[in-house]
Amino acid sequence: MLTVVGLMLLGVLSGYLLRNRNMKWVSRVVMALIWVLLFLLGTEVGANDKIVSGLPTIGMEALLITVFALAGSLLGAWGLWVWINKGKA
Amino acid sequence: MKGSLVIVSFFIAGVLAGLYGWIPSGVITDSKVSYYVLCGLMFFVGLSVGSDTKTLDSFRSLNPRLMLLPVITIVGTLAGSAVVSIVLKQRSLAECLAVGSGLGYYSLSSIFITGYKGAELGTIALLSNIARELITLLFAPFIVRYFGKLALISSGGATTMDTTLPVIVRYSGQNLLIVSIYHGFLVDFSVPWLVVLFCSL
Repeated sequence: MLTVVGLMLLGVLSGYLLRNRNMKWVSRVVMALIWVLLFLLGTEVGANDKIVSGLPTIGMEALLITVFALAGSLLGAWGLWVWINKGKA
Repeated sequence: MKGSLVIVSFFIAGVLAGLYGWIPSGVITDSKVSYYVLCGLMFFVGLSVGSDTKTLDSFRSLNPRLMLLPVITIVGTLAGSAVVSIVLKQRSLAECLAVGSGLGYYSLSSIFITGYKGAELGTIALLSNIARELITLLFAPFIVRYFGKLALISSGGATTMDTTLPVIVRYSGQNLLIVSIYHGFLVDFSVPWLVVLFCSL
């Protein structure tokens, strides 16, 4: 966890030093790496027999809990977003 | 929408590759590969942030109300998990709260819950919290459009300082990067306490 945050700080520092150059290519690299990471996450799910065989039965229970938990978080964050932007209007 | 579809197809391709063993098993079981990709990703996210001095300036004018976001994420998740226990009659309130309080931190929460409540609930915690991370990654544009930029951070739960951070920066904007890291750090820290609390109820 510390390595990951440290690398990002190193990136921020490097980016700051290169701030006067054209850095538009960076966002394309970021998008490509997100795709690679999603592909790798997929391979982990697909290769795990426990997850694959569990998906139809208990998967629905898990998904239901996730959807409700997320709905609670999303509504709360939406309320905070509205509250924060109210003063700006 | 196009962005989400591309992301979904990469994930599905990964699942198929894992399922049919197209990838050497060493690459998958040894999850260091995805860790290194994550490290590279973080560096490039940092690079794009550091070179954008306009965004760096915006950190100074950060709204103190944004500091409430982790609390809202946790309370919202627990409230939603409590409601779902009414629908899921075979699961108790404490069990639903324990699974929900994983907040996307699936590795840790599933290990804890398997230890306290058995493998079945542990597997549910694993699937549920992977789903949270996946939904955040896959539906990021949708979440931002209908619930606002903070909702995407809230949706990511404990993962907003690492795995979902690049997507949050992409769809909620770079000026929320600090909020996302702050949020992920606090939520991440609270997961073990919450999971153990609800397992012991």
